[in-house]
Parts: sequence; structure tokens; C-alpha cells
Amino acid sequence: MDNESDSDDNLAISVRGLRKTYGKSVAVDGLDLDVRRGEVFSLLGPNGAGKTTTVEILEGYRSRDGGAVDVLGEDPGRPPKAWRTRIGIVLQSVNDAAELTVEEMVGHFAHYYPNPRNPGDVIDLVGLTEKRKARTRQLSGGQRRRLDVALGILGRPELLFLDEPTTGFDPEARRQFWSLIRLLNDEDTTIVLTTHYLEEAEELADRVGVVSAGKIIEVGSPARLGGRDSGKATVPWTGPNGPESEQTDSPTRVVTELSRRFDGEVPGLAVSRPTLEDVYLKMIGAAR
Amino acid sequence: MSDTATTAPGTRATSGNPPSALRVGLQRGYIEIRQFLRERDAVVFTLGFPVGLMILFASIFHGEIGHTGVDYRQVFISGMIASGIMSTSFSSLAISIAQERDDGTLKRLAGTPMPRASYFIGKVILVLATGVLETALLLAIGTAFFGLDLPQTGARWLTLAWVFVLSLVACSLMGIAMSSVPRSGRAAAAVVQPPFIILQFISGVYFLFSALPSGLQQVAAIFPLKWMTQGLRSVFLPDSFLGQEPAHAWEHGRMALVLLAWCVGGLVLCLRTFRWKGRRDG
Repeated sequence: MDNESDSDDNLAISVRGLRKTYGKSVAVDGLDLDVRRGEVFSLLGPNGAGKTTTVEILEGYRSRDGGAVDVLGEDPGRPPKAWRTRIGIVLQSVNDAAELTVEEMVGHFAHYYPNPRNPGDVIDLVGLTEKRKARTRQLSGGQRRRLDVALGILGRPELLFLDEPTTGFDPEARRQFWSLIRLLNDEDTTIVLTTHYLEEAEELADRVGVVSAGKIIEVGSPARLGGRDSGKATVPWTGPNGPESEQTDSPTRVVTELSRRFDGEVPGLAVSRPTLEDVYLKMIGAAR
Repeated sequence: MSDTATTAPGTRATSGNPPSALRVGLQRGYIEIRQFLRERDAVVFTLGFPVGLMILFASIFHGEIGHTGVDYRQVFISGMIASGIMSTSFSSLAISIAQERDDGTLKRLAGTPMPRASYFIGKVILVLATGVLETALLLAIGTAFFGLDLPQTGARWLTLAWVFVLSLVACSLMGIAMSSVPRSGRAAAAVVQPPFIILQFISGVYFLFSALPSGLQQVAAIFPLKWMTQGLRSVFLPDSFLGQEPAHAWEHGRMALVLLAWCVGGLVLCLRTFRWKGRRDG
């Protein structure tokens, strides 16, 4: 599925033929996945495609019914004690410790790790400095998620799982979060991100894997996924009779012709490739 | 989310093992107590309820029981102290753990390197602290206003100590096991409290145990609370009350045995049934 020259040492995660069933329904159906050390890998897929089940198996939360799984050189189904110090998990929808302050919570969780970051620094890093004395129940949804991220990165994980981390963020908070992720990635943290925001995957991910019906149906960089870079481009412009457009494999030629025809500036000219969302929806549609 | 890197890249968690279970457990105990004291509902419900009940009952009902020289109040307060121990251990653990399973506390903890034992050490510390506080409160109010006498001999203080510890351990383990029964955190109190209230009625807290029908007495004798109230009566009441006990004796040996059996049974149940995930999490 992927570059065959990847040796095991370069992989943070390697999954072959993963299976998980709940009663008669098959949640994960022979899934293969490689995540390289140091990359940001984003899992995309509709609800019920098996994303969360897959990630929770990788995190050691769920058992599997079949397949081989290797996360940082260990089987997450039977991890040695020190393994958990090497991964960080940011869960969806946790509402614990309502009565503790941000500072107390981060300070307390630091005791769980052999070599934690400084709790005050982590609070600054996720942008909760102003809220450090606030009880967690007083935090907004977005602030709550930032606290989750703070707890996830506290132990300096080699591998960080983020499950829909920016749900409920306003656009500015999302941008700040993205720069935090880039910062962590610059420190060589491998990041596995599940998200519903294609824009987010495009912004952050080195590679994207699309999950549908319990399988990975395609893996690629956001710019190339689904032949996006080589697909037909659309060239719209405004003609004498209103908006016009042309689908083409050679947009440069179309633009040159237009520029000749209009003798200079072409009104309303643009060249667009299919967006990640376009190719994603097409893939998901075809898989169904 | 500022852009300042806090630490040099490359320093990784790989160095060193997770901290010891005991050290993390002590930290958890500290955080548990802090959270408990900040949740006014829990403080009122767990600590205040037995105190309120004791004041109410002891104000309404009193009078000598037979020719024992013992006032009903003293019997009732002994029973209420036993109830208080069960409330701070069984009820509070069963409800709080069910809620923590529901709100993601347990799931989050299970995803960290926190030693699993540390969570339970933290709970033990919380239960010990609240149990001692509750018992001291009831004792203080009982002796100050309702004519309860503090234990007269060293032997009786010793009995108080071992009955307290065994009761707390047995009820805590039952509470941890019980926490798996409610289907959600919200339903927890509704599921946990009724059996506890029924046990109080048949175990000699509100009514004289010897006045209950023998069938009920036999049912109650299966559960720990009956033995706990009896143990506390043996601490606070004179031996002249023995005529009112079903066996005409304090039965310390049997008491210890039943409570120990519940400790062992509770531990086995906990080990077999404890889940770190909620029902929704599959």
C-alpha cells in the first residue's frame, strides 16, 4: 500500500490485516496502515467507518479480533509498563475533574510521567495561561479541549493521538492549535490525527488515509490524494454573456487563449483544482 | 498557544520507568480529598446526611430500653456511626466511581502511565479521611448532646479500631464492585442508595435488631451492616445490654469472620468485574 522500502525502524505504527467485530457487525475489516516516525498522519472517514475503533486499538483501549499491530515496537494489546509513557492520547468528550483548576489538573498529571514537561510551560503552550486558576467546569468547550491537549503532551510523547481535537474551536483558536501541532511535530513527535475537518487535514497532515467500511481505501499526501494534482482543472471567467468555465487537462493553454481573446486582463479569471473535499467525497461515494 | 518551545527537542519520555504506585497513589489521595471537599453536594450528601438523621431521630425518640440502663438514643447513635462508615465507603465509592466511568475520568487515567493501583490507593485515602471525619462528627455530636459515652476502656477503643477498619475495607470493596451495576453516572445514586437504605432498616440502625422478625434478622446477618452495628454497640453500650442482643453476646469472633469474608468476596468481585471503560465505549 505504501513505500515498500520503509524499514520497521522508521515506522511508529504498523498494522496488517486488522479486524474487529461487534457481534455480527464488522467495524474493522482487514485494515493495513503504516505511520512513519516524525510525520503527521491524518485518518479521514465518515462516522462509523471504523476510525475510532482503529485508533482505540492502537491506543491500547480495545482488543482486536485479528491482525498484527505494532505501535512504537510493542503490541498495544499487551504493552509493557513503560510503553504508556511514550504515547500521548487526546480523547473526545471527557468531562472529568470538574472541581479541579487547570493548574492543579496539569500539575497532578505530571506526577504520572518519568520526565514530564513543566506544567506551567504546557499551560502557556496551549494558551490557557489566563485560565490557569479556573475550575475545569468553568471552561468553554474549546478551552476544555486545550486542557485535554495539555494533558496529552505533558509526558513528552513520541507518538500523539488526537481524536477530533478542534471540535468546538472558533477559527482563531483552530489556527493557534495548528501552530501548536506544527511545533510539536518540529520536535519530532509523530502525530495521528482523526478529524472531520478536511481543511485541517490539508493544513497539518504529511499524509492522509481515507477509511471506509473498515478498510483504508487510499493513502497519499493531501495535495495528491485521489489524483487531485493530475485531475482536470476548472477555469472560470466572465464572458460578454456572463460567467463561463472550462474543464481542462491543460489550464495554461486555456488561460493563454483567453488572454489573447480578451487582449489583456481576463475578467473573473481563476484556475482551480479539485479540493481535498471534492476528491474525498468522490472516494467515499464510490466506496459506498 | 504561544509559539515558544519550552524544552529542547530530543529529550524523550523513554528514559526512566513510571513513578511508583504508592507515590502516585498518595498524590491521587490528595487530589481526591480536594475534589471531594469542593463538591458541596457530595459533602452534604455523604457527611451531612447521617448527621442530620442522627439529630432528628435522637431528638424524637428516647427512653430506656427494658431494664438495661441503656437509652434508645445510644443504640441508635451506635447504629448511625456504622451507617456513616457504610455511607462514606460503600455509597460514596459506588456512586463516584460510576460517575467517573461515565464522564471519562477512568478512560483518561487508563491512557496514562499511572499505575492502576494508584487509583485505588487514592480512593482508600479518601474513604479513610471521610470515614474518620464522619465518625468523629457523629461521636462529637452524640457525646455533646445525646448522652453517648465515649468508650470506657482501652479494650473497647481497640474494638472500635478493628471494627472501623474491617467495616471500611469490606464496604469499600463492595462499593467498588457495586459501581459497575448502574448503567450511567446519572443513575448511580438511584441504583446504589435503595439497597443501602433497606439494609439500614433491617440491620438494627433505626429499629432495635432484636425487635425485628427472625426472618429479617437472618437475611440481615448475611450482610456486613448488621455486624457493624453490633460491633459499635459492643463499643458504646454496657454489657447490661447483652440481654437485648439475639445471641446474648457481642460475638466478636463471628463478626470479624463475616466482615473478613466480605473483604475477600468483595476483592474477588472487584478484580473480576472492574472496568476502566463506560458502557458506551464498547
